[in-house]
Amino acid sequence: MNALVVAGVLIVLLGISYQTGWSKSRGLVTADGVKVHSRPQYHGSFTAIWAMVPALVILLLWAWFGGGITHNYTVSQIPQDILVSLDQAGLNGAIIRINALASGYGVAGEIAPWEQAAGDALRSFNFLTFAGTLILAVVAGGAGLAYARSRITARLRARNSVERVVNVLLLACSAVAILTTVGIVASLVTEAFRFFTFINPLDFFFGTVWAPNNAGGTNYGSYGLLPLLAGTLMITAIAMLVAVPVGLMSAIYLSQYAPKSFRAVAKPLIEILAGIPTIVFGFFALVTVGPFLRDFGNAIGLQISATSALTAGIVMGIMIIPFVSSLSDDIMNQVPRTLRDGAYGLGATQSETIRNVLLPAALPGIVGAFLLAVSRAIGETMIVVLAAGNAPILRGSPFEPVSTITVSIVNQLTGDTDFTGPQSLVGFALGLTLFVVTLCLNIFALYIVRRFREQYE
Amino acid sequence: MATDIQTSPEKASNDRTRIIRDGLRRRHTSEQIFRGLGIAAIAIALGFVALLFVDVFRKGVPAFVQSNLHLSVTFDAEVIDVGPAPARADFPSDAEYTAASLKWQRDLALLNWNTIVEASLRKAAPEGFEIDSRQIQSIPETNARHQIREMFVRDPSLLGQTVEVDVLASANAANWIKGNIDRSLGDAQQQLSAPARQLIDTFVENGTISNGFAWTIFTNVDSRAAPASAGLLGAFVGTLWMMLIVVLLAVPIGVAAAIYLEEFAPKSRLTDLIEVNINNLAAVPSIVFGLLGAAVFINWFHLPISAPLVGGLVLTLMTLPTIIIATRGALMGVSPALRQAALGMGASKTQMVFHHVLPTTFPSILTATILGVAHALGETAPLLLIGMKAFVASVPATPLDQAAALPVQIYLWQGNENRNFFEPRTAAAIMVLLAVMILLNGAAIYLRSRLEKRA
Repeated sequence: MNALVVAGVLIVLLGISYQTGWSKSRGLVTADGVKVHSRPQYHGSFTAIWAMVPALVILLLWAWFGGGITHNYTVSQIPQDILVSLDQAGLNGAIIRINALASGYGVAGEIAPWEQAAGDALRSFNFLTFAGTLILAVVAGGAGLAYARSRITARLRARNSVERVVNVLLLACSAVAILTTVGIVASLVTEAFRFFTFINPLDFFFGTVWAPNNAGGTNYGSYGLLPLLAGTLMITAIAMLVAVPVGLMSAIYLSQYAPKSFRAVAKPLIEILAGIPTIVFGFFALVTVGPFLRDFGNAIGLQISATSALTAGIVMGIMIIPFVSSLSDDIMNQVPRTLRDGAYGLGATQSETIRNVLLPAALPGIVGAFLLAVSRAIGETMIVVLAAGNAPILRGSPFEPVSTITVSIVNQLTGDTDFTGPQSLVGFALGLTLFVVTLCLNIFALYIVRRFREQYE
Repeated sequence: MATDIQTSPEKASNDRTRIIRDGLRRRHTSEQIFRGLGIAAIAIALGFVALLFVDVFRKGVPAFVQSNLHLSVTFDAEVIDVGPAPARADFPSDAEYTAASLKWQRDLALLNWNTIVEASLRKAAPEGFEIDSRQIQSIPETNARHQIREMFVRDPSLLGQTVEVDVLASANAANWIKGNIDRSLGDAQQQLSAPARQLIDTFVENGTISNGFAWTIFTNVDSRAAPASAGLLGAFVGTLWMMLIVVLLAVPIGVAAAIYLEEFAPKSRLTDLIEVNINNLAAVPSIVFGLLGAAVFINWFHLPISAPLVGGLVLTLMTLPTIIIATRGALMGVSPALRQAALGMGASKTQMVFHHVLPTTFPSILTATILGVAHALGETAPLLLIGMKAFVASVPATPLDQAAALPVQIYLWQGNENRNFFEPRTAAAIMVLLAVMILLNGAAIYLRSRLEKRA
């Protein structure tokens, strides 16, 4: 209700101020040929900005501080002798009752006289402060409007002022991107630093045992990164073993051999894989690929767990096929045609041209693409959460369950912790590690790709 | 001697031809092999796409069938022995009325509604069928008694009457009917007792149990106590709230940032930094955004845990780089002639950008937005870190309420202990998610081709 009134008042203010500026501007155009600098809509916007900004500032100030002021007023309405007898929970209960009385909803049970009095007082206080703030906002807006209106002359550069405001807004929006990075770095670093006050960084980065004690108490358990890192790298390696040959060969076939019509159908179909949510791949790995691998292992006399590094790695490889394929396709298209034509002119077959001319020329770019794919595989979460088996033990067999950095972040940060012990803070230390590793890979890969592009431009 | 001289060049040339032929044959074979490898790679990739879809479909389709029990329920006045429902007119204030009707409902909830359910089941069973109370109670879903109680709360005049009611069969009963559990297993491994299984088969034969399309998947919220009634509505609305926030925030901010960087930003260290920064943000793992949300939005700003607002904000930050990069690409592609014409007619730079350049990029921005939203829709990991793992059995009315999201619901269901029942249901939820994504992607492709034709 109140929000609707405020919105309504603001819209009316906006309309009136814009209209005022606009009509004053129209009035400037007289028969004696005065040349007005800005068009009427800029004068309108100019007035609207001058009217809205003060009104919004006052409303925002009230939204920010109003709750505290109302709370203090409510407490001051409770008689002193009752106030001292209330503990924190009792005080909150009393305030809720007074609010319920003030809103007219009423309360169940006996109403003490002081509660009724406080409720009535709060109702009038609420009304007065709401009306007061709104009137103040309207007056401030009106003052801004009047000032802006008085400044409107033929020579006023209203357009320049309005465009300056627009520019500042645009700059603020692009600052959001910077703020995101700052927020990521700040939150990861501060929380990870708090983690390192509990656990020695050396024990974290070089420890070989991952066994957090989630029960609490002073025995925190051990937080060795190496088992997680080993699991992450093993899964990533398996994923790349699947994705690189398939992705690269399909990119070569689609860009060099396939007829246009086939390419037009097959390329989007492969790219469907890139659009499927990772949780779906995780489910696929868990209920289909894992059991299949286990049965296959049994058939050839090999012990393969249903949830293992192999399961997660293969499915993650499938997931990044389109990533590798479209990036390599892109890179190979950048190699100049003349190189290929030269090879054909010397009598090379198509595959010889591709293997001996095209691929070597495109190699740096393709390596960059692979690094981007590796960085994506390292940061992938849902597939490994579901299909890697969550066994943070240092071992070399890909047929056994493993755990990764991302899995441990999800396990340690359940969302309802208050970040006081190393059990949850370790999530940020792991996140920081992940962020730094992927950032380095990305920067390096983008650098290689850019160098490669410049080489042929 | 003379013949030697004559034959030897001939022989040499024959040899050379043979060597070349052999070489060519070898080279052509390797050409064929290479080409075959390419085709195999494509076949593997496409095979995986097909396998994934077929697999999810095969598993998910049965979950869209639910088993309904048709019962005639008698609201027995001897069991329901609470007073009449309180009326508003008897109480001085809303609060007292609410308290009284809550008390009335609590009294109702304390009654043994199971006896009413059981009586109606026994009425449907063949005459003299021997089955004990606990066994017969395992046939309907546990929420049947709540469903019947709520019918009575809505309409207290039902007291003493008999009405036809459809309730869901329990998850175990549904497993038995659909054959999700091996029927030949012994009693020890079955979830249901032998008489209960026999009664279910009788019910199926005499039409008391019939199968129908599982609308409950779309109309119900998640449920743990009554798995057969678990639905996606709460998760769907939660996702809808988040996508609304993403569209409302990411599109204006992303487009504005792109305009600034592409059109207005002076070439300086700072803008270079922003540029590198945006490219890197696009490649930051999504789980790191979840950590950001947990630390900044929940721990520092004290926003509510597992609310769509926080999820929406996190997904907005994740989607921003995509939209910025796509919009910049579109702005870069606008012909310089258009810009020069606008400037030549005396437009200011801002006017040139907003009146002439930006409108032509509309199709690209729209498709980038849809694709960005489709991507954000399927994202799971960051949501887990801001507390959306929690079990929520309600439809969020505002973005500040606790909520689930579609991908998180999939994550929660795949972890449910009743695998026989929840594996198909998870696959069904995935089908819904994929359908939404395909719809969005299809819309993007359609709109792009249409708008570009017009432009």
